Amino acid sequence: MRAFDLSLRHKLPLWGGMLIVLTALLVTGSNLLQTRENIKRNMLARSEILGRAMISNLYDDLVNDDVWGAYERITAPARAEKRQPSFQIQSFIVLDENHAVFVSSEPRRHPLLTDLAGLGPDFARLKASLAQSRGHTRVVEGEHILLGIPVVAEGVTLGTLVVVHKADYYQPSYLRILKRTAWTTLIILLILLPISWFWGRRMAHPLVLLAGRMSDVGKGPPEPLPERTYPHEDELGQLFRVYDRMQRELRDKHAMERQMLKADRLAALGRLTAGIAHEINNPLGGLLTAVDTLKRHAGPDPVTRKVLPLLERGLIQIQDIVGALLVEARAKSRPLTAQDVEDVHTLLAQEARKRNVEWTWENTLSGEVPLPATLVRQLLINLLLNAVRAAGERGHVEARIAMRDGCLALHTRNDGRTIPPELMEHLFEPFTGGNEEGTGLGLWISYQIVQQLGGDIRADSREGWTAFSVSLPLGEA
Amino acid sequence: MMSFLGLGLLPDLGLAGAGEPLRFGLTPIFLQERHALISELRAYLERKLQRPVSFQVRDSSHGILELMQRQQLDVAWLCDCPYVTTHPEFRLLATPWFQGRPYYQAYLIVHGQDIKTRGMADLKGKVFAYTDAYSNVGYLTPRYLVRQLGEEPNGFHRRTFFTRSPRKSIEAVAEGVADAAAVNSYIWETLQLQSPALTGMTRVAGRLAEFGFPPLVAHQTLSEKDFQSLRQVLLGMARDPAGQILLRQMNLDGFGDPSPAYYRNAEEMVRRMQDGRDAGL
Repeated sequence: MRAFDLSLRHKLPLWGGMLIVLTALLVTGSNLLQTRENIKRNMLARSEILGRAMISNLYDDLVNDDVWGAYERITAPARAEKRQPSFQIQSFIVLDENHAVFVSSEPRRHPLLTDLAGLGPDFARLKASLAQSRGHTRVVEGEHILLGIPVVAEGVTLGTLVVVHKADYYQPSYLRILKRTAWTTLIILLILLPISWFWGRRMAHPLVLLAGRMSDVGKGPPEPLPERTYPHEDELGQLFRVYDRMQRELRDKHAMERQMLKADRLAALGRLTAGIAHEINNPLGGLLTAVDTLKRHAGPDPVTRKVLPLLERGLIQIQDIVGALLVEARAKSRPLTAQDVEDVHTLLAQEARKRNVEWTWENTLSGEVPLPATLVRQLLINLLLNAVRAAGERGHVEARIAMRDGCLALHTRNDGRTIPPELMEHLFEPFTGGNEEGTGLGLWISYQIVQQLGGDIRADSREGWTAFSVSLPLGEA
Repeated sequence: MMSFLGLGLLPDLGLAGAGEPLRFGLTPIFLQERHALISELRAYLERKLQRPVSFQVRDSSHGILELMQRQQLDVAWLCDCPYVTTHPEFRLLATPWFQGRPYYQAYLIVHGQDIKTRGMADLKGKVFAYTDAYSNVGYLTPRYLVRQLGEEPNGFHRRTFFTRSPRKSIEAVAEGVADAAAVNSYIWETLQLQSPALTGMTRVAGRLAEFGFPPLVAHQTLSEKDFQSLRQVLLGMARDPAGQILLRQMNLDGFGDPSPAYYRNAEEMVRRMQDGRDAGL
């Protein structure tokens, strides 16, 4: 794996750290360069001040040809320097008008009357420079750093004071500062690097999370990101919001697809059962009529008398089941009234008492509702009977019946066992039911009724409660 | 023979004019940076003379000579000035004895690493440090010797300069500012005892001449009585325990009566050099 393919989790802190180190090095480096120049210049400036302070006396010495006087003058600071170096001056040389040594603080190194050029290449360059100086201070850098200060009074130049420094005269001061700066930089880095590391990790964390989730898209509905993964409004924030939206849409689509599959399945199942029920219903009518005729006109054959009632009961049971399967929406009915709903309450209250179930009943209907009373009552009875059974001993059942947004809204809710998800998937299919008491057709019939009335039914079950919501658009009764 | 040995007991008598100080002039070279010694000497003289003594120290012989001529000093002690012995206003008071004789020598000194120089002839074209123009050993003698070599003193050396004191001449040679200098043997030997590190950097390359040890001189205006009491105090120092301590510190044997004969060769040299218009005065 190449360096640039590294995870952002590592790359961001690394880059941040590298940038900080680089910045620190660059800033410190340029500062140090500047400082070095400054120290060099300052020290030269100080040397020049020291030299200039000696100039007027040296002028007198030159006028009086007083070699010893000049020597004592220049050795005093040179001796002080030897005791405690502060100017980093190696020696002073006083030159006469002809740039020959008048006297030096190191006379054995620079003997009297030696020509300046004879002292070394740097000195030769200084001599050339002084020839054009016109009374200005000259600096020559080479093996030594030479400061040539003309000894001038009232426009007359009598000689030159040369202040000799070692080429690295500023090094001790510089090294002191270098050491101090290095420590400071180190401390700053020790503070900044963990901050950068922390910041980088924090920055990378949501991106890594997002990348992980994005690569899971296609394998199934994407998981939502944790709340407030990245709450800011920048481009990254937009990206997260876009992901959230996409994630939501994908989940909705997925849910819708499943819903549609389920609806298709239920519809196919409905058509199938309705078809079968019809096919059974037609001969069943004939059979019942035949049994009735036999009852009336058959002889007193004891076997026949014994079998016929059996036959009739069986056929009626078949008719009941087929009848249940054939939800006849178009069957003539009167419109629903609030009283119809209250009747259901009264009807089921007994069952609830029997089972010690507590009721919450809320019916806000008034007058007539243009929906077939029989079907709605059957629907409500199915749902509430289920609820009371599921709530069990000392359970609680809630029912709310109200008009909402031009629809009739029925809402039931009960305590009790949570319906497992795999059962939820097939909840409205016939003979699926979780209880042993019913026919296994209650919810199927409820679903068929809702479908035929053009409404919508939803079930929700979690954490010890189960709720059904039905919404029925108003139509003709 | 040391003449002061024959003197009688020193009269510890109060001298006339007890409030009037006896004014004493010195060049500092005798008692290099030794102020304690100067005050001890002064206390000694005050005790012996029973009158105050004031000391004036000047950097150069010239300064002391001026004060003498203006009668601001009664007595002067110049270590190396040939003019005091013939000066019409001055009287010879006492001659110090050094290393058993009333004489000192002119040392030609060079840097310790210079092992070739034997005499003045080797110093042609070199840098030479003079003491000052009033100095016998530090100025007149070397010029006189150059003249005797048949050369012109001005120009024989590549460069000459004045240091204004023999000690500084020794420093100039030790530190290499000058290649050579001529100094009073008394001063070199005394410094050898006091600061051997300094004299150790120089080498005595030759003994140029011998002269009478520079005397203490009194101004003619000093009363005979004061002159005599001071003379007796000085001559008696060698026999007085306190005086002996002082003399030892000054690296001298004692003081004796001066004899003009001691100074004849120096005076002769001065005369010859003046004839050659080279006295530097």
